[in-house]
Amino acid sequence: MTVVSTTADRKPVRWGRIALHLGCLAALLVMLYPLAWLLATSLKPADEVIASLDLLPSHLEWSNYKTAMDGVNDVSIWRLLSNSLLIAGGAVLGNVISCSLAAYAFARLRFRFRGPLFAFMIATIMLPHHAVLIPQYIIFNQLGLVNTYWPLILPKFLATEAFFVFLIVQFMRGLPRELEEAARIDGCGPFRSFFQVVLPLTRPALITTAIFTFIWTWNDFFTQLIYLFDPDKFTLTLALRSFVDASSQSSFGPMFAMSVIALLPIVLFFLAFQRFLVEGMASSGVKG
Amino acid sequence: MTTTDIPAPTARPKRPATAPKRRPKREREGAAWVFLSPWVLGAIVLTLLPMAVSLYLSFTDYNLFDPPRWVGLRNYTQMFTEDPRYWRSVMTTLTYVVIAVPLQLALALAVALALKPMKRGKGFYRSAFYAPSLLGASMSIALVWRAVFNDGGTVDNLLGTGGWVNKPGWALLSVALLTVWQFGAPMVIFLAGLQQIPAELYEAAAVDGAGKWRQFVSVTVPMLSPVLFFNLVLQTIQAFQVFTPAFAVSAGKGGPADSTLVYTMYLYDRGFVASHMGYASAMAWVLLLVIGAVTAVLFRTSRSWVFYASEGDR
Repeated sequence: MTVVSTTADRKPVRWGRIALHLGCLAALLVMLYPLAWLLATSLKPADEVIASLDLLPSHLEWSNYKTAMDGVNDVSIWRLLSNSLLIAGGAVLGNVISCSLAAYAFARLRFRFRGPLFAFMIATIMLPHHAVLIPQYIIFNQLGLVNTYWPLILPKFLATEAFFVFLIVQFMRGLPRELEEAARIDGCGPFRSFFQVVLPLTRPALITTAIFTFIWTWNDFFTQLIYLFDPDKFTLTLALRSFVDASSQSSFGPMFAMSVIALLPIVLFFLAFQRFLVEGMASSGVKG
Repeated sequence: MTTTDIPAPTARPKRPATAPKRRPKREREGAAWVFLSPWVLGAIVLTLLPMAVSLYLSFTDYNLFDPPRWVGLRNYTQMFTEDPRYWRSVMTTLTYVVIAVPLQLALALAVALALKPMKRGKGFYRSAFYAPSLLGASMSIALVWRAVFNDGGTVDNLLGTGGWVNKPGWALLSVALLTVWQFGAPMVIFLAGLQQIPAELYEAAAVDGAGKWRQFVSVTVPMLSPVLFFNLVLQTIQAFQVFTPAFAVSAGKGGPADSTLVYTMYLYDRGFVASHMGYASAMAWVLLLVIGAVTAVLFRTSRSWVFYASEGDR
């Protein structure tokens, strides 16, 4: 039995490692402070929000959440939530379908102008949204679609978010070609080999696309600000905007209660899918 | 595996003659266009056409209701010579980019370097530091930022600053700090890049007597340079388009004294608040050209400092 040797082998106490962990934990505390502040303030009674220096409220003021549930401008929070969900859900569906179709063509099929078109697709990743924003607005305005959800959802069905096309292309290029060759020998055309062979294998990239699309659409502010006017069509993000314009200190509690509610889906998504999110982000930069 | 380059589509080796017989070429080409059709439609109707239209509109006076009126270069000359708020927004955005991007990348790299050798807890830290990158883009956090940096907020209480949000000299810094706070995304990319550097390189350097610093300069930096470059380009392009935090921190007004009036916010103000769509289009085109130029400059300088292992002679 050489149990003793394990302690003998171990280097003297690793102060460097301990210091590293302490440093990381300290950094983490500072970083997570705004989140703790948000949670605490959403439960503070009105007179403690500014006057008190304590992070923790003297008692939990759940009525802030009750007020927040009433919503803004006579629109209930359920309405705002379902509006947000509808837009984010539509965007997810659109991006997953259209981006995977385009990605398959770029990654696996041959066609004229593939090189230049691929280069163009990559270039649109860097294109500032503002360069196309005003004419897009005019187009949707002419079609009578401003103040509807179409301008927010329809573009996603046309693979306009090139970042995801690129992400899926990179993933598909890593799949063994032999599988499709075998499928082709068995008589599969490009459509069947896409749906039955490639698409199921691409699932991790599709999940990454879906999660990022959901979170980015949920967080989006600018596009919603431009296209939606009626308070009953507002998303949670836009409803929070009402607080930006006129926030008196007295409405702080309910405002941050609503902020917590607006953040909740992202936090849940993050906790559930952090592996996909972190790896999706990492692979977007370094996979070659 | 360490580079971000995309193999040229034509570079694929020809299939050997023994490969299964291909279907008639026309049919396969047709299939490709079916797969591509949503993207093609989007590229034409929602990208190329709008770009052309916005270029045209930039030479007109247009308020959405009356037909556009051709004014030649009027919008551009007005922008460059008669509009102090325009220049204010340009300077604000440049200041913001120059503060936020280097700080964010430096922090991202520092934390990635700290996490790299960790055996325990790496996954936890990686996820925890990444969380703000997802949450920070939301209006919720932007509102928290305004309150925390406001008069009577936490930062005021700690530093006695009297609230940065109300001070023209400091408000932009609070917006920049919100961006820096979201260093998790570049950090994750750095960390993935660091893990792909072969350990032998460090061993060889150590055998040659290189200390930690020397190893960092001679091994880590060159091997990481493609990832550093990727992050730099991506974060710079994004920073030029910052909107939500500036909007929230200044209650939608770009104040105090226009100190947080970033470029996109002034564009929004001209186009969608004041209904000068022609002027806003001109602003959008200048933004497009500036981002294009900055990206081109970054790519140019990258030749001297970005090292691609697979193309050793570069």
